[in-house]
Amino acid sequence: MTTIDLSKPETPATNHPAVPSRRPLDWKAETERFALLGAWLLLIAVFGILMPDSFLSWRNFSTMFGSQAVLVVLTLALLVPLTSGDFDLSGASVLTMSTMLIAVLNVREGWPIVPVILIALASGAVIGAVNAVFVLYFRIHSLIVTLGIGTFVNGLILWVSQSQTISGISMDLVSWVIINRFLGIPLAFFYALLLAGILWYVLEFTIPGRKLLFVGRGREVSRLNGIAVDRVRAVSFITSGLIAAFAGVLYAGMTGSADPLSGLSLLLPAFAAAFLGATTISPGRFNPFGAVIAVYFLVTGITGLTMLGADAYVQNLFYGGALVIAVALSQLVRNRQPQDFS
Amino acid sequence: MPELDTPAPDAKSGKDVLLLSDIRMRFGSYYALDGVTLSIRRGEVFGLLGQNGSGKSTLIKVLAGFHQPEAGSQIVLWGETMTLPLDPMAIKKRGVAFVHQHLSLVPSLTVVENMRVTALGQKTPWHVSWKKEAARVAALFAEFGLAIDPFATVASLPPVERAFVAIVRAFDDLRASDAGYGGEGILVLDEPTPFLPAQDVERLFALIRSIVRTGASVVIVTHDIDEVRDITDRVAILRDGKLVAILDTKTTGRQDILDTIVGLRVDAFEKTRKTGIGAPALSVRDLTDDRHPGFDLDIHPGETLGITGLIGSGFAAVPYMLYGARRGAGRIRIGGQEVDIARMTPQRAQSLGIAFLPGDRLGAAGVGSLPITDNITLPVLADHLSVLGLDQRGMRRQAAALSTAYDVRPARPELNLGSLSGGNQQKVLLAKWLQTKPTLLMLDEPTQGVDFGARQQIFEALDRATGQGTSVLCASTDNEQLEQICDRIIVFARGRPVAELTGADISRKSIAEACFHGETTAAEAAQ
Repeated sequence: MTTIDLSKPETPATNHPAVPSRRPLDWKAETERFALLGAWLLLIAVFGILMPDSFLSWRNFSTMFGSQAVLVVLTLALLVPLTSGDFDLSGASVLTMSTMLIAVLNVREGWPIVPVILIALASGAVIGAVNAVFVLYFRIHSLIVTLGIGTFVNGLILWVSQSQTISGISMDLVSWVIINRFLGIPLAFFYALLLAGILWYVLEFTIPGRKLLFVGRGREVSRLNGIAVDRVRAVSFITSGLIAAFAGVLYAGMTGSADPLSGLSLLLPAFAAAFLGATTISPGRFNPFGAVIAVYFLVTGITGLTMLGADAYVQNLFYGGALVIAVALSQLVRNRQPQDFS
Repeated sequence: MPELDTPAPDAKSGKDVLLLSDIRMRFGSYYALDGVTLSIRRGEVFGLLGQNGSGKSTLIKVLAGFHQPEAGSQIVLWGETMTLPLDPMAIKKRGVAFVHQHLSLVPSLTVVENMRVTALGQKTPWHVSWKKEAARVAALFAEFGLAIDPFATVASLPPVERAFVAIVRAFDDLRASDAGYGGEGILVLDEPTPFLPAQDVERLFALIRSIVRTGASVVIVTHDIDEVRDITDRVAILRDGKLVAILDTKTTGRQDILDTIVGLRVDAFEKTRKTGIGAPALSVRDLTDDRHPGFDLDIHPGETLGITGLIGSGFAAVPYMLYGARRGAGRIRIGGQEVDIARMTPQRAQSLGIAFLPGDRLGAAGVGSLPITDNITLPVLADHLSVLGLDQRGMRRQAAALSTAYDVRPARPELNLGSLSGGNQQKVLLAKWLQTKPTLLMLDEPTQGVDFGARQQIFEALDRATGQGTSVLCASTDNEQLEQICDRIIVFARGRPVAELTGADISRKSIAEACFHGETTAAEAAQ
C-alpha cells in the first residue's frame, strides 16, 4: 500500500508563489491552430504554380472574396446556435425568404429599399423566434423544429414568388453590396468581416457570450450556475435568424434579383464551413474567424479546380471531402478523443 | 468490537454454489475490499449489509465483472475456479443474474421488449414473434402471481412493478442459463428497495421467496436491518472493505446486527464544534417536496450543518429545493428577505447569497470541456468587465491565484477542467463558489471520489470559509466526513428529519445508529 503525503496539505501562498510562468510554445497546439490556414495557403500556391496568370490575379481573389461573403454570413448565423448547443437547419430558408421579400416588396410593390431591408431582417428574427418557441416551449429537438420550419418557409417562398425569379432590385442596394469596392474588393466582404469581428468580440469578451458557451457545453451546469438557459437559447435562435436574413440582404444585392431556390443550396456548405472552422484558430470551439478561413479555403479549392476545367460536380466532392478529411486529420492530432462541441 | 469470526467456507459440504475467496480490490491507495471471503449456499437468501462505502457495491461489481480484483483473489462458481476478471457474458451463461439498483430497464419501451432485449436462449435473432413472446412473458409473470401487461411501457408501471419486471427478467435468464452448473442459479439484487413504500417491499419479498422455492439462491444487498431480518437466512456484514462477521439472521438480534455494522473505533481527530449563538443566518419554514409533511431548519452564521440519512430518505433533495433547482414549497428567510421557495430559481438564490455545489462534478457543477479559467470565473464575470469587455488576462490571473491558494494540481488554469483528477476538480469548483463569499454554501457529497489528501484540503478550505462567517449545509452519506466537519447533524428518514445530533454526540457510530434507527421508527410511525 502506498502512503499518502499529508505533511503539507495546505502550503501558504507565499512559500509557493503562483508562477504563471511563460510556458514554452506548445508546437503541437500551435500547428493545430494554424493548420487550416496553412492548407489554404498551400492550395493557393499549388493553383498559383499551375495557373500563374489567371489564378494569381487580384481580380480573381477580389471576386472570390466578394462573391462568397453571403456564405460567410450564413455560416456565422449557424455558428450562434451551434455554440449554444442547437442546430438551425432553417438558416438557408431564412436567407432565401429575406431575398425574396426584398424582391417582391421592392420590385413588384415598388416600396423604397430601406424599409424593405428592415422588413426582410425582421422576417428572419420572427422565424428565429418561431423556432425558439417550438424548441423551448414544447421541448422538441432543434433538428426537428428547424427542419420543419425551414421546409415550411420554403413553401412560403414559392407561394409569394409564384415560383418565379424576380429581378430588378434597387441599384442602391446592389452598389452598396457589390459595385462599391475598397481595395478592389466588393464591400460585401467587409460587412462579413465586420460581422465576424463583432461575433468574436461578443463570444470572447462579453458575459452573454460566456453564457452562450456554457449553455452549449452543459445545460444542467448552466442552470445550476444561475444562467437563464431558455432565454439564452431563445436569443440565440433569434440572432441566428437575424444574421441569416442579413445574408439574404447581401444575396439580393449580389445578384440584383431573387429566385426561390438557389439560396437553399448554401445550407450544407455553411454547416461544412462551421464545423471545419471549429478545427482552427480556437480548435474545439465554433469560432467566427475559423469559419471565415474555412469558407475561403473551400471556395479557393473549388474556384481553382473549376478554372482547371473540372466539372461542376467537383463542388460537392470538394465541400464534402475536405470537411471529412480536415476534421479527421485534426482528430488524429488530438489522439482521437471524442469531439465535444455540446 | 466483536471479534472477527471469519467463517470457514464450508466448501467441502458441497452445498456451496459460489465461493468468494480473499477478494482484494484497490482504488488508488485505498482498499475498497480487503480480503473478503464468503460463500453462498444453495437455496438460501444471503444478505450483504454495511454502511455506505463499506464495500458492498464493490463486491457486487467484482462479481459482475466490472472490476478486476487483485491477484490472489479467487472466485469459485459451482466448483469451478473462474478466471478473473469475470466475463459478464460468461457469468450470465453460468446462471448468475444481476438486478442493479437502477434496474437497467428502458422506460420508453414495453415490458416484453425489455424482457427480450438481453435475454439468453433466443432461438433466432432474425425474427421475433412479439405475440408469442408476450404470451410467454405473461405466463412467466403468472407463475409468480403477477399480472403485468406485457405491452405496457415500463414508464407507465408503478416503481414496484418495474422492480418486478427487472427481477423476473433476471430470473428468466437463470432458467435459460446452462443447466449443467446446478441449474437453479444465483440471483443478485443490489439495493432493490430504497425507493419502495413498505407494503411494496412486502410484495417484493414475496416474489423473492417464491424464486427461492424454485431452488435458486439469492444475494441481496441492502442498508436496511429489518429487511435483512425479514428476508435473509444469513447476512455478511462489511465494514471498511473487510468482512466483519457472517451472522445467522434467525438467531441474531437487531441490536447485535447494528453493533456489528457500526463497530467501535477510536478516532483521534476532533473538531471544536461551534454552537449556534444569536440569530440564525437562514431560517427555512415548512420545506416540503409536496409528498411529505413540511419541516423547519435554522442555520447559524459560520455553522456547518450536516444532513444525512439512508439512500432514499429524502435528505439529498433539500439543497436542490432550497436552491430552486427542484420543485419544492415553503419559505426561506435570509439576509432580511423572505422568499417563497416555490418561486425560487438558481439566479434568485445566488442573488440572496446562496451557493450550491452539486455532487455530479462534470454533469452539474462544471463543464469538463472548458478550461479551469472559464469555469472558475463564471460566477464573478461581472467583476472582470471593463469598458473594453471581459478582461481575459485578469481572469487568467485570478484563476492562477485561486489555483495556487487551493493547491490545485497542476496549477495550469488553461487546462480543461475534465483533465484534472476528481479531487482537484472539486477544489476548483469549491474555489469558484468560495470567492463569492456566500452567506450559505450548500454541498452535495462534496468528497465523493476524492482521495484522502485532497479531502483534508477541502475540509480546511471549508473551515476557513466558516471562520469568515459563511454557513455550510452539507448533504452527505459519508459519516466519517460528517463527523469531521459538522457542528450539527440532522438525520432524515422517509422524507422527514427524525434526529438531531450536536456537540459531543456527533460520531460516526451515532450517525449510523440514528440513520438505521430513524428508518425503523419512521416506518413504524407510517404504519
